[in-house]
Amino acid sequence: MSQNTSIAVHNGQAFATGDWGDLDVERFRSEVLNAVVKGGRISALFAQPRGDGAFRLMAAVAQDSQSMLRVLATSVESEYPSLAPLCPQAHWFEREIWEQHGVVPAGHPWLKPVRFPRRGGAGAVAVAPPPPAVCGLADFFRMSGAEVHEVAVGPVHAGIIEPGHFRFQCQGETVYHLEISLGYQHRGVEAALAGGPNRRTIHYIETLAGDTTIGHAIAHCRAIESLSHTRVPPRAQVIRGIALELERVANHVGDLGALAGDVGFLPTMSYCGRIRGDVLNMTALLCGNRFGRGLVRPGGVAFDLDDPAVTELARRARTVAKDAAVAVNLLWNSPSVMGRFERTGTLAADICRQIGLVGVPARACGIGHDVRQDFPFGIFRFAQIPVSTCDSGDVFGRAYVRWLEVQRSLAFIIDQLKALPPGAVLQPAGPLAPASSVITLAEGWRGEICHVAATDADGRLAWYKVVDPSFHNWFGLAMALRNQQISDFPLCNKSFNLSYCGHDL
Amino acid sequence: MLALSGFVQLILAFALAPMLLSIINRTKAAFAGRHGPPWLLPYHELWKLLHKGAVYSRTATAVFVAGPIVGLAATGLALSFIPVGGCPALVSFPGDFLLVAYLLGLARFLTVSAALDTGSSFEGMGASREVLFSTLAEPALLLSLITLAAASPGASLSAIYAGIDSAVLASGAGPALFLVMAALLVVLLSENARIPIDDPATHLELTMIHEVMVLDHGGPDLALIHYASSLKLWLFGALLVGVALPLRSGFFLLDLLGGIAGLALVAVIVGLVESVMARLRLVRVPQLLVAASVLSVVALVLVMR
Repeated sequence: MSQNTSIAVHNGQAFATGDWGDLDVERFRSEVLNAVVKGGRISALFAQPRGDGAFRLMAAVAQDSQSMLRVLATSVESEYPSLAPLCPQAHWFEREIWEQHGVVPAGHPWLKPVRFPRRGGAGAVAVAPPPPAVCGLADFFRMSGAEVHEVAVGPVHAGIIEPGHFRFQCQGETVYHLEISLGYQHRGVEAALAGGPNRRTIHYIETLAGDTTIGHAIAHCRAIESLSHTRVPPRAQVIRGIALELERVANHVGDLGALAGDVGFLPTMSYCGRIRGDVLNMTALLCGNRFGRGLVRPGGVAFDLDDPAVTELARRARTVAKDAAVAVNLLWNSPSVMGRFERTGTLAADICRQIGLVGVPARACGIGHDVRQDFPFGIFRFAQIPVSTCDSGDVFGRAYVRWLEVQRSLAFIIDQLKALPPGAVLQPAGPLAPASSVITLAEGWRGEICHVAATDADGRLAWYKVVDPSFHNWFGLAMALRNQQISDFPLCNKSFNLSYCGHDL
Repeated sequence: MLALSGFVQLILAFALAPMLLSIINRTKAAFAGRHGPPWLLPYHELWKLLHKGAVYSRTATAVFVAGPIVGLAATGLALSFIPVGGCPALVSFPGDFLLVAYLLGLARFLTVSAALDTGSSFEGMGASREVLFSTLAEPALLLSLITLAAASPGASLSAIYAGIDSAVLASGAGPALFLVMAALLVVLLSENARIPIDDPATHLELTMIHEVMVLDHGGPDLALIHYASSLKLWLFGALLVGVALPLRSGFFLLDLLGGIAGLALVAVIVGLVESVMARLRLVRVPQLLVAASVLSVVALVLVMR
């Protein structure tokens, strides 16, 4: 079935798996490259075994201006000409393809795995395994010279954070190159999701990245709902929107506090730590869990809001808005803090586009990309939140975009609570349509979350692909560190605040 | 009587120095709306560390072990030259402030050597930062002390500080002494690894200066390091208080208590600074330290005029 065409779909629109098409490799490459040149962004690029020893290489390119996702596929065997030399966005994805299936993107400038899956265990890859399987054991870019030195940080860190290895090439205090090696948190979630949905599925999804429970759960549930043609009640859509924004506010406030802590500015650090707790407690009021576990379910939400809870939530939202304004505005009014934030870890908008950054780091470079605006889903089709951008591209930009989003999300929550639509909150999802695919995008607090699902002939999940925003953005952190002081790394790192387990899956 | 005064001072310094850390932490806690740690926590920490074992890297040599011991010995010895509240110190001789500066330099030399001895890239980085910043802080300290020596009839630390009273502060040398206070405060913050130069509370090893050098020390060695650093805070605090609060009643005990109250005030000020401002970017620290040296040069010119 060699269809030499490609289609475009909406965010969350189910389509027959055959419609992925089957382009020639050359045609596939040129279409992807063309779409990217025209301002598209690779949301997902991955391979799946076809069953006959060959692989299907699939791409979803987000075209923001048209709110459409261009869907492309081709067949490859053990090798294909790499996209990365012409399209840097593809380089991390192609490393993943090589790692997962042993398909070599020929001409890739720096081919090494992005994580190190265990062979033969759960989630094992059946086909010819590519080289290294010991975590972190790989070639690192090296500089040489009399005054050059290498600093290795991690995977065990001084703080209570996730494991990741950072290799700095420095001359004195200046970082020339940073290479980030991840994969320590790899659990094989994608492989475990195949064959579902079952009772475990939603729990895997909710813990893809523990701090993005709502974001991932929404992306997943929209995929299931689309595949099963389930209509989500309006009340549930609003509650999902509120939960998503609460998650954003909690994390952004926490990050602003942590940024203050990294420069040793105690007032904002202390107050934001408390305010984050207040916001988490608002999510707990919604569903009994501070991180929103158990709230979003296929077909709607599992918990309704009664009138006293609505009033209480609105009251707390207003209090948080007031408290956060006091705590956060201290940052912008303290010269010592601004001296640290401004012109630290600057990324140019051009670099940002080339490497396909998403979420807060992209918006801090003035790129107005936001899934809630560009590919509206759920309640965001009816109630828009203005896109928050800043032009500076530095730590200040990333902090300030967070603050703008906190304010706008709180305003959105207060607004939505005023007119909660009546009705049920859950419409149980039926069986999934067989041989169908769907791509769902959602704007988690870190940025664009992309889930791609396909069902087999029996309506089970044949495969499930997750792209966490961290997958796009880790390389952005490495770029932001070039020619910076090594002592500013923790601050830059915090300003991105990426997920290790969301990346490693 | 003089010897007794020196002894009492020294014993009080050894006993109360860790308390200064408590005052700083309590001040910070009050600003953050927290209760803060117990007052005696620093003592408890020392006690706990002294009862632990130490782990030594296979690559470390005797230098690594000598670091904390020499550090404490040199700082303790330097402290015996420091007068609190204008009361004469245990030992003094003309020009003894040079010896004090060199004793502190010796302690630093051994700490840095011990850090380099581990062969860790972090500690090497911390050592290079420490050496750079202390090289810049040293002129500020010496020039400040020389200015004080010029403003006062004495030539030893005890005599210098005995000679600085409220009359001197009100005289023509007064403005110069205010510059000296500012320079000494910067030196105090820098030498004691406090914000805005260093952040003693951070866990981020890439941003550390002093803390990263002692990462490999544990148990009793770490206790010695912590104790030596609280003595160092007392030492620099006393140098600052001696100029900033030159209230001399003539009664030994009253002056001593006044000096100690002044030290507590210095700790509160350090806590205040840490509560209201962020750390400087590392590349900006030398500018601050050079500014402190410039202030003390100007002060010296004003006094010698």
